[in-house]
Order: sequence, then structure tokens, then C-alpha cells
Amino acid sequence: MAGADCLAANDWICGEYVRSRAQELTDATLQHVWITGVSVAIGLLLAFPLALVARRWRPAAGPVLGFTTVLYTVPSLAMYSLLLPVFGVSAAVVVTGLVLYSLTILVRNILAGLDAVPEDAREAARGMGYGPLRLLFGIELPLALPAVMAGLRIATVSAVSLTTVGAIVGYGGLGNLIYEGMNSLFKAQVLTASAICVVLAIAADLLLLGAQRLLTPWTRGRRPARAGRRIWMRAGRAAV
Amino acid sequence: MGAVTGAWTWLTTGANWAGTDGVWHRLGEHLYLTVVCLAISCAIALPVGLLLGHLGRGGALAVNVSNAGRAVPTFAVLVLLVLSPLGRYGQWPTIIALVLFAVPPVLTNAYVGMREVDRDVVESARGMGMTGGQLLLRVELPLAFPLIMTGVRTAAVQVVATATLAALPGGGGLGRLITAGFNRYDTAQVVAGALLVAVLALLVEGAFAVASRFADPSRRRRGAVRRSVNSRGTPRRWVTE
Repeated sequence: MAGADCLAANDWICGEYVRSRAQELTDATLQHVWITGVSVAIGLLLAFPLALVARRWRPAAGPVLGFTTVLYTVPSLAMYSLLLPVFGVSAAVVVTGLVLYSLTILVRNILAGLDAVPEDAREAARGMGYGPLRLLFGIELPLALPAVMAGLRIATVSAVSLTTVGAIVGYGGLGNLIYEGMNSLFKAQVLTASAICVVLAIAADLLLLGAQRLLTPWTRGRRPARAGRRIWMRAGRAAV
Repeated sequence: MGAVTGAWTWLTTGANWAGTDGVWHRLGEHLYLTVVCLAISCAIALPVGLLLGHLGRGGALAVNVSNAGRAVPTFAVLVLLVLSPLGRYGQWPTIIALVLFAVPPVLTNAYVGMREVDRDVVESARGMGMTGGQLLLRVELPLAFPLIMTGVRTAAVQVVATATLAALPGGGGLGRLITAGFNRYDTAQVVAGALLVAVLALLVEGAFAVASRFADPSRRRRGAVRRSVNSRGTPRRWVTE
């Protein structure tokens, strides 16, 4: 039995591990996906009004961006620990932490995207009798979409990575398996869970890229919007 | 509120600051790791980034290295390195992981900073007969300085944050206060440790922000321009143009 051998030998790559723990791996992956998905979705819902407020009242922009930057600077382990007394040991600790991280990226990118909408386009829409709401949803948001999607991709990929640290409170998805594997020195478990994590991050990124292509057909056939690329580059640091 | 007062009591108890598991020792470990890893990362990434930016080559590498770094969970890398044969060599797995995650921001920002130097300025410097080396050191480097420093600051904050996680697989640093608190179900210690880590990260960020402002070689000449950019109400490093 070559399969059992690799478990006994504690090999890094072990097909038998994947076969015998398929259920455990699936459960962990599902937990990982829902924690990430829920967090980014809540982050997006909160980021829009914040970005709009920051845009409407410019004096609010400084404090809003400053506050989210401060949040982004706090390391994830500290963030979850600080939220622990608020929520107790629960998934809410991890979700709240991830929401706060994604806010930073999303508010910034939404704001940058809206700022980059050409004034001519706004004027034209106003001239055609667009009200403020129709202007926002019909003209400004679609034109800001490449920057917003760039932010959403960064936020999602970061969230996939940061969810693993949630293992400290037992809600880390695949991080739980990495944490267990670390304590029992189970190499196959650590490597398999880590690999699935990376695959999840890449899959989510490609999925969002596909969604962006579908939603912004006018950008197809040329390079991705320059503004989006720049934000992507400058945002620089992955949250840890 | 109980957690806050608990953390305060923990922080104001002298015994928690002394000894091998005390705050001072852990803070020392954390700072040591940060300084060593930041120095190694800069020594690797700055020359490569500056040279690639100067030559205008390898842009895809310089930028993608950052994006790839985001997809790989830091925690996973730390654990993988500790379980690997390298795990036998004390602090080395931690140092390697920290350097791996600190290199991308330095590299990317150095590259982008060099590439974004006004092409007209570069052309006129060439027209004046400057050699490649002179151009790099006397024109491009000073103009790219703010962005290069942004990269170094980003890396510093990254190292502080990653070093915290290194406590999970048993490395040193302030993260150990948090993990020890979790092991003992001592919420006060968990919160106190987390506060210390957060304050350290913010102090490092702030110190680098101040340092890069004062060390900027073109600060005096460009002061007026800088202020007008800042009046948009956004921190300078995030300004897209």
C-alpha cells in the first residue's frame, strides 16, 4: 500500500491524505469561502456609502481615509485579538476583521474611480436631464467600475489569505487545518491546505476579472484601465 | 469594557514586563527581527528595483511579484518553512519568511518610482551628456525617492505584521504575548498583547512617514507642489497622479 506509506512517512505530498480526509478538506474550504465571501460583500456594502460621503463632503475624506489606513496597519492577529472580547470566540471576530481590512482598499478605490470620471461625461449627462441618482448609477458607477473591480480583486485575494489567521479562534477555514498540521507536524495537511488556499485566491481573482470583462465590455480589446493598474500597484502591501 | 480594564491592569503590572516572556524581551525580539529582515530585504530589492527601473526592463516581474505575494497566505508560508528542513535552524525560517514578504513592496515601488520620473527630465539629463550612472544617482534616484521610501515603509509595516504571526509556529516577538494569552484563556493578556502590536505597527508607519519627509532630497524645491497635491485631502502616497 503506497498510499498508507506516505501518511506513515509524513510526506509533504500524499494522495492518501487527500482521499481519506476529503470531507474535512471540503468542509474547511467551504468555511474559508463563506467567511471570505461574506466579509468582502459586507465590506463592499459599507464602502459605497463611505466613499460617497467622503466625496460629497470633502472635509470628511481625510478622516475617513486616515481611519481606514490606520485599520489596515493593524496586523491581523492583533485585529482578531482586539475583536475577541467584543464577539467572543466566534466567526464574527474573523468576519469583522476582514470587513475592516477590505474597507480600506474598497473606499480608496471607489473614491479614486469616481474622481477619475471625466467631467465632460457628467456635464453631458446633466445636459440630458439626468438627476443626481441617475447620474451616479447610470454614468459615474459604470465608468468607475474598472477601479472598483481592481479594488474588489485586491480585497478578495487579501481576505482569502487573511482568513487563515482566523485559525487562532477556530474560524480560519483552511487555516484551521494548517494550524492543526503545525501542532501535529503533519506535513501533507499543511501543504495541501496551503495549496488549496492559493488556488482559491487565484480562482477568485480570475472570477472577478471575468466579471469585470463582462460588466465593462467597452474596455475589451485594449489594456485594462490605467487608473486601475496604478491603484493596484501603489496599494502595495498585502495585509498580514 | 471589562476587557479594556483587564488589558490595562495587565499592562500596568510590572511583572508582565520582565523576564523572558515579558514585554521588554518580546519587544526586543520583535525589533531585532524587524531591523534585520528590513535590512536584508532592502539589500536585495533596492538594487534590483532601481536597476530594472533605470533600464526600463522587467516591469512585469517587478509588478507581478507584488501581486503574487498577496495570494500566498503568510501564515501558511511560516508554517511550511518551520516544518521544512530549515526549521532546525532556529530563527532562520522566520527571517526567510519575513524577507520573502518584505521584498515585493520595496522592489515594486523602487521600479515604479524610477519609471515615473518625468521622461523629459531624463532626456534633458542625457542631452547634457550625463552617463547612465550619473543619471541614475543624480537625477532618477532623487526624483524617485518619495516612492522608494514608500516601498521601504510599506515593507517595514509588513515585517512588523508578519513577525507577529511568526509567534504562531513558535517564533519570538510580541505575537508570543497574544498566543500565550490564547493558550491560557487569558483575554486580558490577548488584548494587551494585541494593543502593543497595533501600537508598534502604527509607530513604525508614523516614524517612516516622518523620516521620509525629512530625508527627501528634493523636499525644499518641491515643497510648494507637494502642498497643492495634498490639498485634495488624500495622503500623498495614495495620490494617483
